Formats: sequence, structure tokens, C-alpha cells
Amino acid sequence: MTLYDQLPALVVAVLLFTAPIAYMLRMHGFPWAAATAAVVTSFIVACSLAATAIGGETIIYEMGGWPAPYGIVLHIDALSALMAMLITGASSAALIFGAKSLADEVGEETAPAFFAAWLLCTAGLVGMVITGDAFNIFVFMEISSLSTYVLISAGPDRRALISTYRYIVMGTVGATFYLIGVGFLYMVTGTLNTADLGARVGQVEDIRLVLVAAGFVSVGLAVKAAVFPLHSWMPNAYTFAPNAVTVFIAAASTKVSLYVLIRVDYAIFQNSIANHEVQLTLFLVPLGVMALFAGSLLAIYEKNLKRLLAYSSVSQIGYIALGIAMTSVAGLTGAIVHMFNHGLIKGGMFMAVACLALRYRTVNVANLAGAGKAMPWTMAAFVMGGLGLIGVPLTPGFISKWYLVLAALEKGWLGALLVAVILISSLLAVIYVWKVIEVAYFREPRANAVPVTEEAPMVMLIPTWIVVLTGIWFALDTSVSVGLASIAAKTLLGVAL
Amino acid sequence: MAVLGLYNYFVFAVLLMIGLYCLLARTNIIKSIIGLSMFQSAVFLLYISMDKVDGGTAPIIQEGVENQIFANPLPQVLILTAIVVGISTTALALAVAVRIREAYGTIEEDKIQEMDRKQ
Repeated sequence: MTLYDQLPALVVAVLLFTAPIAYMLRMHGFPWAAATAAVVTSFIVACSLAATAIGGETIIYEMGGWPAPYGIVLHIDALSALMAMLITGASSAALIFGAKSLADEVGEETAPAFFAAWLLCTAGLVGMVITGDAFNIFVFMEISSLSTYVLISAGPDRRALISTYRYIVMGTVGATFYLIGVGFLYMVTGTLNTADLGARVGQVEDIRLVLVAAGFVSVGLAVKAAVFPLHSWMPNAYTFAPNAVTVFIAAASTKVSLYVLIRVDYAIFQNSIANHEVQLTLFLVPLGVMALFAGSLLAIYEKNLKRLLAYSSVSQIGYIALGIAMTSVAGLTGAIVHMFNHGLIKGGMFMAVACLALRYRTVNVANLAGAGKAMPWTMAAFVMGGLGLIGVPLTPGFISKWYLVLAALEKGWLGALLVAVILISSLLAVIYVWKVIEVAYFREPRANAVPVTEEAPMVMLIPTWIVVLTGIWFALDTSVSVGLASIAAKTLLGVAL
Repeated sequence: MAVLGLYNYFVFAVLLMIGLYCLLARTNIIKSIIGLSMFQSAVFLLYISMDKVDGGTAPIIQEGVENQIFANPLPQVLILTAIVVGISTTALALAVAVRIREAYGTIEEDKIQEMDRKQ
């Protein structure tokens, strides 16, 4: 037993153990430092797990030495490793970026509790992607949700509270639906281990309860993932949360619910329910197409920049839903890569927005006139992100849309229709990104507005640009992101590597 | 008999729907939280019901007693965890309700919406 064997457990344990420590550190700056140290450590561990997983290897770690299916196992394959890397990476970047803005927005007094909640949130999200137990997913889901509510309610505006309350209601209903579904699965199979469930659900003779379970689980997770039209909690939660929190949850939290949706639908139901791919397609394709249009249109008419980006997330989640619904290697690869790439793009864009908010004291698009001259680096980062949302070549968004279009072309005339939908919604993205660019670059600031002459501080600009450049790097060298995603897609669909 | 045997599950479904209705129909935040709590309690009942084995007793091994039939302890353990989650959620929601009351002076959602629109 070396430390190396314990890495799968460490990726969560470091975060869980640091949370109470961060809470007890009552000195200025210490809770932040402890949280950052723990999250960065976890990120390094996640990267080393990804290095193992990229060889197509699956790590099974038995908690407490109890073998599956009796004990809880951690199950780390290419998909889990990619997601763990995204979550811990987003969390580290948001914390380092947010050193200054969080100190402004979160009071000295509440800082220890806030950073403890941040650590628990990261731990919950990482736990959801690495565990191999359906009930354990629920427990980690609730750990992350409860702490996300705390993080959002820390927002400076009082509307943060009512947004938190709405999120609590929707999030709890979603998680409870998932719990009901898992309960039904346990009733018919007597197991909770995901691998074991996948094998046993197929032997169930009366399929009705399994179908009901699949319905509950899918709808519950769709709520948590903000799949249109179940997204109503999300725009306000993103808008009123502290800026660094928005960076983190926009990059990671909805993606994790989509991950669970993929895991449950492909690992458990795909092989055991007849015509499951038809049901999945009929469930997710309409929702995905609606999300593409509704999200983009709402973004076009939105005046608040943070909410605009939140609506854009609704439409981007639509792409991921479409990819999941295609039930092909290319489609699933596209969906998984887009979860990763969209996390990078949106994280970078919300960072740029946080820089703007610091100087302009507002995130209304109309008030940002002249930002292109006053804050050239910040706006350049924003434009890079915007190009990624549209899917211009040499940006990460292009890679994932490429795979989605390839997957759609395999589907005949219906696929051709989907390609058209994807292209039209990319054009809609041009409109809402252009709306911001036009105001920032081509409009003179109002005469009575307080002039902003200063660029954002280096402590915020450098992390922003690191994220933007990482995005470009993943657009040029896709061996890690697409590599892991295609291994994951092939494993889930049972195709030889 | 078959229908009566499923008594618990009917109560589960009815309780779940009452909770959901209460959650959606009420604009008072505290009443909604009560609905949320009932919604979660219904699931506790589902899990507790499924662990019952005919003639089964508490799963404790006693000396000298053999061929004992036990109720399935796993759902009990699971739902213990879920109950803790439910309590935490209710507590957090109530804490948020207190802060909403401090910030807005009301816990009626429609009034809060009106105040936000004016802002």
C-alpha cells in the first residue's frame, strides 16, 4: 500500500478534511489560502488520475477494503477523470482569480464559513464523478448542492437570497426525484453499485418499474443540469452569486449533473431496456433543440451581462443534450468534449465579466460603453470566449461542435435538420456576442458616466488569460480532451477501444 | 389483498403529491418549505416500506436463536442518510427564509417579486 494507490480517495479526502480546518482559521486571508492549497492539491491528483485513465485503464478503489458490490467503490475511468480535472481546475482557477473580488464581496467575518462551503462544494462535485455507487452519488450531490446554496446566498445583492431560495426548491425536488428513481432500481435489483446495476437491470422481468425509475432519474437530473425548460433556477442564481462563485458553478456544477445523466443512462439503462436509445432521443432531442433557440433568444434580449451569459449556458447545455441523445460514439464524444470546453469558455468569460464588474460597478451591457478602450485585455479575453461560444475555428467551441455535426450527419435526414439547427443557433450566438462587442468597442461612454480608465488588476487579469490560453491550447492540441472523451464514449457504448 | 398490501406505497404517492402541490401552490415561503419537507418525507416512507420482509425482525444477531428472518437493514441505513440530508435542507431553507425576511421585510413571494421589479 503506497500513497500512490490511495490517490483516488485523496482527490476527495483532501477537500473534505480541509473544510473544517478552513472554518477554524479565523485570521485574515488564511481560509482562502487553505482552500486554495487544498483545491490545487486535488487538481494535481486529478491530473495524475487522468494520466492513468488516458491509457484506457479504469481504476477501481474499494473504500475501506470492502469489495464491490457490497462496499462502496470509487470508479475512475476516462470520463470521471476528465470531469474531475474540469471541476478541480475550475475551482482552483476561480479561487486564485477571486482572491481580491471575494475579499470585497464576502465579509471578513463570514469568510471562514464561505471557504469551508466552497471546499465542500468542490468535494461534493468531485465525489459525484468518481464514485461508483448510485446512492453515494445522491449523497455527494446533496453535499455539493447545500454548499452551493450557501455560496450563492453570499452575493452582495439581496436578490441573491430569493434566487438561492428558488434554487433550493428546484434543486431539492430534482435530487429527490433522483433518490426515488434509485429507490425503485434498488427494489427491483437489490444493488446500488452502478456496474452491478447495469448487469442486473437487464435480468429484471417486469420492466415497468425500471422505466419509471429511468423517468424519475432522468427528469431529476435534467432539473439539476438546467436542461431547458427546467432551467428557471439558473439565470438568477448565476446573476446574483458573487462573481468568483459564478465562475466556478458556471464552469462545473451543471456539467456534473449531465455527467451523472450520461453515466446512468448509458451504464445502467442502455444495455437493459429495449429501445432505450429511442426513448433517450425522444426525451433529449426536443429539449436540446428548444434549449438552443430559447437560450439564445433570451440571451439576445437580455440587458444584464451575467444573465446574458447564463442564458447562453442554457443553449450550450442544449448542445450537450443533443450530443447525449445521439447515442453514437461521435455524438457522445462531442457531448463530453463540449462539457469540458464549455466549462473553459464560460469560466473565462465570467472571469472577464468579474473584471468589468470590478471597474464599472455594474454588469448592465448598456453601461459598458467604451470598455474596449478602457480595459483592452479584459475585453479581448471576453471576445475570445465569445468566439468560442460561436464555434469559430481555433477556439475550443469549434472542436466540440465539429464532433456534434459529424454525429448528426450520421443520422440521415433528421441529422441534416439537426445540423441546420446547430448552425442557426451558432448564428444566434453571433448576435448576442456582437451586442456586447458593439457596445464595448464602438459606442462612446455617456457624458454623465464615471469614466473608467484603469485596466483590471494583474491578479485578476493573469488568471483570466491563463484560462483563455488553456482554452486555445485545448483547441489546438485535442489529444487530452478528445482523447479522454472518445475513450469514455467507446467504453460507455461498449465499442472496442 | 394485493391492493391493501401496497398501502404504504399509496400513502407514499399521495404524500409526495401533497408535498409537491404545497410547494407549487403557495407563495408563502415557510409554507413552501413545509411542502418541500413533506415531499422528502414521502421518499423516506418509500425506502422504509421496501425493507420490510414478511415476519422479519430487527437485524440483530442473537445468541441461541437460529434461522431468524431479518428485515433488510440497507434501506434503513440509506434513508438515515437521506433524513439527515432532508433536515439539513430544511434548516438551510429556513435560514434563508430568515434572511429574506430581514432583507425584504416579508416572506410572501409575490410581494418580493413586486419589490424586485421596482428596483
